[in-house]
Amino acid sequence: MARYLLGRLGGILIVFFIVSVVIFLLMHAIPGGPYNEDKVPLSPEAKANYLRKYGLDRPLVEQYLLYMGNALRGDFGVPFQSPTETVTGLIGRTWPVSASLGMIALLVALPLGLLLGTLAAARQNTWIDYATSTTSTLGLTVPNFVVAVWLVLLFAVQLKWLPTGGWGQWYHYIMPVAALALAPMALTARYTRTSILEVARSDYIRTARAKGLSDQQIMTRHTLRNAMIPLLTILAPQIPNLITGTIFIESIFRVPGLGKFFVTSILGRDYPMIMALLLLVAVVWSLVYLITDILYVIVDPRVRLGKSKT
Amino acid sequence: MSTSTLISGQNIQTLPRQRTLLGDAARRFARNRLAIVGMIIVVLLVFAAIFADWIAPYPYDAANPTMALQFPSAQHWMGTDEVGRDVYSRIIYGTRISLSVGLGVMAIALLIGIPMGLAAGLMGGPVDYIIMRLVEVFTAVPALMLALLLISVFGGGLFNVILALGIVAWLDACRLLRAQLLSLRERDFVLAARTLGATSTRIATRHLLPNAMAPLIVAITIGIPVAIFAEAGLSFLGLGINDPIPSWGKMVGNALSYMRVYWHLGVFPTLAIAITMLGFTFMGDGLRDAFDTSMNR
Repeated sequence: MARYLLGRLGGILIVFFIVSVVIFLLMHAIPGGPYNEDKVPLSPEAKANYLRKYGLDRPLVEQYLLYMGNALRGDFGVPFQSPTETVTGLIGRTWPVSASLGMIALLVALPLGLLLGTLAAARQNTWIDYATSTTSTLGLTVPNFVVAVWLVLLFAVQLKWLPTGGWGQWYHYIMPVAALALAPMALTARYTRTSILEVARSDYIRTARAKGLSDQQIMTRHTLRNAMIPLLTILAPQIPNLITGTIFIESIFRVPGLGKFFVTSILGRDYPMIMALLLLVAVVWSLVYLITDILYVIVDPRVRLGKSKT
Repeated sequence: MSTSTLISGQNIQTLPRQRTLLGDAARRFARNRLAIVGMIIVVLLVFAAIFADWIAPYPYDAANPTMALQFPSAQHWMGTDEVGRDVYSRIIYGTRISLSVGLGVMAIALLIGIPMGLAAGLMGGPVDYIIMRLVEVFTAVPALMLALLLISVFGGGLFNVILALGIVAWLDACRLLRAQLLSLRERDFVLAARTLGATSTRIATRHLLPNAMAPLIVAITIGIPVAIFAEAGLSFLGLGINDPIPSWGKMVGNALSYMRVYWHLGVFPTLAIAITMLGFTFMGDGLRDAFDTSMNR
C-alpha cells in the first residue's frame, strides 16, 4: 500500500509538471498580453515598466522557472485583474463561496440519490421505479444552466418565492444548490439502482436469505454496503467540478465565487491567476482520486492496491 | 453436409431466419420506445437544420428595432429578442450550429482518440504508459478552461470552437477503446484464434476491432449531446460563436438580463437545448442497450 501510494504521488507530480508546462506555453501562445492597448490605455513607457515589474519582458523559460520557484515557496504572485491583492488572497476570498455551494450540493445529492435509487431497486418495475429513472435521465441530460434558468423563471419570476440571485442569506443557497445537485443526485440514483439489483443476485445475498435474515436486514447490512462501492468511482470525478465552482450557476445566480475567474483570467491574459487556478484544480483532482483509491481498499477488502491493476 | 442437401430444395422459407449482430440490435432498438422517441427528435432536428431556409419564417439576422422584445404572437411564434429578431427563426437556424458542433467535435475527437486508443490498447508497454499519462494530464485540466485557452489561441468562430472542443473531447474515445481492447484481449475467442495460428495483426483487425466498434458507436451518440452542451456553454458565456449567427447557448446568455420580464427569451432556447440533449441521449442509450448482448431484457 505504502509503495503504491508513493508511486501514485510520483505520478501525480509528473502530471503536475507537464500540466504546468503545457498551460504555461498555451497561455503565452494567446495573442496579446495583459497590458495591451485594447485593455488598458497606457503610454509605451508605463507599459514597459509594468512588463518589467512582473518579469514579462524576460524569456519564457526564465519566466516559468521564476514562477514555479515562487509558487513552491507559496507565492503565487499578483492577479493582473485585481492588482491590490495577491492571487492567494483572491482565491482565499472567493473559493470558500464556491466550495461551500459545491459541498452543500453534494450533501444534498448523495442521500437523496441513494434513497431514490434504493427505492427504485426495491420496487423494481413499479411506477416508483419508472418515475425515478425518468427523473434521473432528465437530471443527467438537461444542462445545469438550463435547469438554473428554469428555476429562476419558475420560482423567482413566476411565483416570486425567491430572489433571482444574490448572496449572503440562507435562501440565496436554495436555487444554486438545487441546480448543482440535480445531476449528481440523478447519477447516484441511477447507479445505486443498478448496483443494488446486481448485488441482489449474488451468492452471499442468497446465503443471507437462506440464513433467515429479514429483507430489511439484508438490504442495510449486505446489499447497500456492497452496492456503494461502484458509486465511489462514479461520484469521485464529480467532486472537483463541484467544489471548484461552476461559472454558469455562479453567473446566473450572481454568486461571488471562483467560477468567473476561470474565464476572466484567460480573457485578461492574467497569467499568474490562470496558473494558480489550474494548479488548484489539478491538486483537488489528484487528491480526490488518491482518496478514492484509498477508500476503495477500506470499503472493499477484496481490492488490493498495487496488485493486478492494469 | 446432409442438412445443406436437405434444404437446397423448395422449403427454404422454413429455415430459421439468419440472426446477425446488427439485425438483433436493430430489433432490440425498435422495441425500445424511448430510443424511438429519441431518434424521431434527432431526425426532426436534422430536417430543421437542412431545410431551415424554408421552415424559418424570417432570416435569422433580420433585426427590427421597432419590433424589439415582443411577446409570442401569431406573427412571431416565440416572440422577438432585444434587437427585434424572430426567436423562432433563430432557433430553427440554431439547429445548424448545434448539429455541426456535435458532429464536428465527435469527428475530431475520433480522429485523435481512435489512433491513440488503438496504440495504447494494442501495443501496450511504454506506448500505453505515455498515452495514459497524456490522458491524465488532459483530465487534470478543467475541460472548459482548456477549451477557452485553445479558443483564445486559435481565435473565435464556429470552426475554431469545434476544433477546440474536439481536442478536449478525444479522451473518452481513447479511454473507451483501450479498455475495450484490453478486456477483449483476454477473451476465449481470441485465445482460440491464437491457438489456430492467427497472427497478431489478424487478431487485431478481424477479432478485436469489430468487437470494439459497437461501444464506440454508442460513445459517439452519447458524445454528441456533450459537445452540443459545451458549445452552448461557451456561447452562453459569450466566448463561442459570434453574433449574428444564432447559437442557442448565446441566446440563453443574452436572455439573462431580459428574462425577468421577457420570459420567452429564456424559455424557448433552453427548451431547444434540453430537447436536443434528450433526443441524442435517448437514442444513444437505446443503441447501447441494443448492442449490449450481456443485458437481455
